[in-house]
Amino acid sequence: MRYAETGYNLEVDLTRGNIERVATDPELTSLHLGGLGTNARLFWDRVPPEVSHFDPENLLIFGAGLLVGTPGPGCNRTIVSSISPQTRFFGFSMMGGFFAPEMKRAGYDKIILRGRAPAPVYLWIHDDKIEIRDATHLWGLGTLESAECIRQELKQPHAAVASIGLAGENRVFFASIEQGKSSASRVGLGAVMGDKRLKAIAVLGSKDIHVARPEEFIRLANESLAYIKHREKNPILGVMPIMAGLGSPQEMVVHDEEWHTENFVWGNARVRRKGFWTEEVRDSWTRTMETMRTRLLSCYNCPMKCGAAISVDTRACSYMMKCFSKLTYTMAAFSDLEFGLRIAQLATEHGVDSFSAPQVMAFALELLEAGILTEADFPGMPPDTNSRFYWLLDRIVRREGIGDVLADGTYWAAERIGKGAHEYAHNCIKKTEQLPLKLGMLNQMYFLMYCTGEKASITQIEGNFPQTPFPTREEQEAFTRDWPHVPDERFKRWFEEWELRGEKSIPNYPSAEASYEIVNWQEAMHYIDDATGMCAGLSSFPYKPPFHIHNLPELISAGSGLDLDERSLMHLTKRTRDLVRSLNVARGMRRVDDAPPADHWKTRFPELEQRLLDGYYDYKGWNRDGIPTRATLHALGLDYVAEDFLRRGILRPDEEAPDAEEAAAGATARGEGHAS
Amino acid sequence: MSDSTKKVVKRIRINVDKCNGCRGCEVICSASHATPRYSSVNPSRARIRVIRDPLADIYVPVFAGEYTAAECAGRDQYTIDGKEYEECAFCRASCPSRDVFKEPDSGLPLKCDMCESDPTLEEPLCVQWCLADALTFERVEVDAGAGGAAAGVAPEEIDAGLEALAKTYGWSKVIDAVARMSRNGNR
Repeated sequence: MRYAETGYNLEVDLTRGNIERVATDPELTSLHLGGLGTNARLFWDRVPPEVSHFDPENLLIFGAGLLVGTPGPGCNRTIVSSISPQTRFFGFSMMGGFFAPEMKRAGYDKIILRGRAPAPVYLWIHDDKIEIRDATHLWGLGTLESAECIRQELKQPHAAVASIGLAGENRVFFASIEQGKSSASRVGLGAVMGDKRLKAIAVLGSKDIHVARPEEFIRLANESLAYIKHREKNPILGVMPIMAGLGSPQEMVVHDEEWHTENFVWGNARVRRKGFWTEEVRDSWTRTMETMRTRLLSCYNCPMKCGAAISVDTRACSYMMKCFSKLTYTMAAFSDLEFGLRIAQLATEHGVDSFSAPQVMAFALELLEAGILTEADFPGMPPDTNSRFYWLLDRIVRREGIGDVLADGTYWAAERIGKGAHEYAHNCIKKTEQLPLKLGMLNQMYFLMYCTGEKASITQIEGNFPQTPFPTREEQEAFTRDWPHVPDERFKRWFEEWELRGEKSIPNYPSAEASYEIVNWQEAMHYIDDATGMCAGLSSFPYKPPFHIHNLPELISAGSGLDLDERSLMHLTKRTRDLVRSLNVARGMRRVDDAPPADHWKTRFPELEQRLLDGYYDYKGWNRDGIPTRATLHALGLDYVAEDFLRRGILRPDEEAPDAEEAAAGATARGEGHAS
Repeated sequence: MSDSTKKVVKRIRINVDKCNGCRGCEVICSASHATPRYSSVNPSRARIRVIRDPLADIYVPVFAGEYTAAECAGRDQYTIDGKEYEECAFCRASCPSRDVFKEPDSGLPLKCDMCESDPTLEEPLCVQWCLADALTFERVEVDAGAGGAAAGVAPEEIDAGLEALAKTYGWSKVIDAVARMSRNGNR
């Protein structure tokens, strides 16, 4: 009997139309849990660095986290993995919603797609019955539109459907995979799906998901619900309203957007608009939200309401949105909220990432203004910015004219355009557009997170440690009084002593050593979530979440039957984290790629920054090029990676410290963190 | 027997406007009815289902009611506030016309038991897990009456019924039948 997981993957060869149900090795579960962890392992085993993003040999994996489908609140994430057309690295993008629970109830932990269908198809999975069905009649339809058609033709109104729109079909490098209220948006995995000519996957299941220790598991689930209720009544004081509660930033609920509109930058991640949030704007945007938002929405088995149904026409729900996509189009176009909510409906149907797409369009308009692109590149484009965004979106998703260039994202478009266009693709890390945020003074923790994060968004590495100090030490002490989440008491001291100004403020404080531990801890929490399928919104992302390093080992153990404690969970997580790093190292990622956008901070400290990277690499057990050392790989049970690196000349046999055992012990201790 | 007997009825109030569509009610219902308790989850076995159509903004939690051997002769389709609800959206029956409220492997009907258990729960589990308060629970006192539906029936209506029988079979046969059935305790 397998607990929490189903013990089977579905292997689909789209070229040949072959479908197999394959039993998985329980050993891999104990090494990597599931979700991202086992996805990464499959990529290591089966997709060598010679395979590129649009090769049929590239895999596209829809992986459910280990705890998905159990009664664990928030355990609903699908981890989609492939080689990204944008970063050219191992890309993974997560979505909540309803897909992964349905997939597991149909009997599969993962759907592994390879090859390329000769003509557009969609996959229909109904328990043991699986069909590759013709999708020529759906090709060209929107994401939600095609999902609806599929449900109707299958006569299965409750099937979960993940689909691509025009953007994915036309291999736009920032195409998303949409699934009702959720989407796997980052790093262009929708383009890989389109390249495989897979329009959609529809799934419906009716099987049981078992947990190993039911009474214990349900107690933990009930405790988390009680805690969520408690946190709802007791928001965190001293932080911006969207961060005071649990879940992802509560953009659909909270109307106060002063923080985003005045601290984030508008246009092509350029202009900060202090004083923007006037009473007039507040009233008008509140009205917009209250008229257009028809219902708050949750993902499977989660009491949070991070999503919302939005009505832009006569329908009660035209599409669903969540989080910061509320503002990205508005701010890129210097427009208002109603414009943002309206164009997002079209963008969702076309299936594009709502971080990248608006920046790409603003980038195009900047290039026009700078004379790098000319009017001739935009034949027939209307004069006003709002209409221009609609015009550009349409060209991009169809890859028509200039849209074909822009569809590659700012980095690759700049490559094609030349003429200094790279100056304008200024907000990328690892070739991917980031949150539009430009700040003054460097912050060591954030420097490290931006540099070394491999998940294309700062929100997927930052988390439980406050982003800034509070105004007074008293407020900080009030915060730490009730903060059992930290791995060790010293994390509390670091926050208590942090100052807005003075000796203990950024860039000097928190110190490098403290920053290594804070960053490592926050990153590890995200990697745990990505393996279990627990939503970051109940665990790694918000302040004081219900799940943390001290109760997750018990939850995972009670659910899966594995016997994990904090040390072993951290060790296992480090294994997956370094395997992800290794996948990318094999694809050429090096220290030079570990860099934030040059203009992210006004005040930079080149020497300090290099020292920080050195120190953090040491802390991680990586060499000065950001490559896990042989000793580290050995300690993590990744000797097969080390051997491959030696064979490829990525690591040299002579560059290891002679006392490998000692180094290994050090690496293990770091991997295991500092559990109290 | 007095007509003023009271009884306590358990009631779950369903506010479809508050439902966020998370299906937590289905999860905990199926888990609590698993054997051993909480050992597995499967919304297909749940005795509550959220009938949902996200693009129509429809979310209707429905509890499993009585089994019916035959589907209805006709179907209802409601339009409320401009939203068109699918056929049978509000129906609680485990019925041949649809998949819900049947054990997926045996096809046996499922019915909500209001989480009757020993010790008694304060609230059914679906209500406890609905943090959105789309499901709320109350105990209400209602008139039990002397004989349920018959309690409010006027004597002359029964007279009319018996007269109709007498016309067909004759009084003596009707009296015999009443006497025989009373003797057998068939009341």
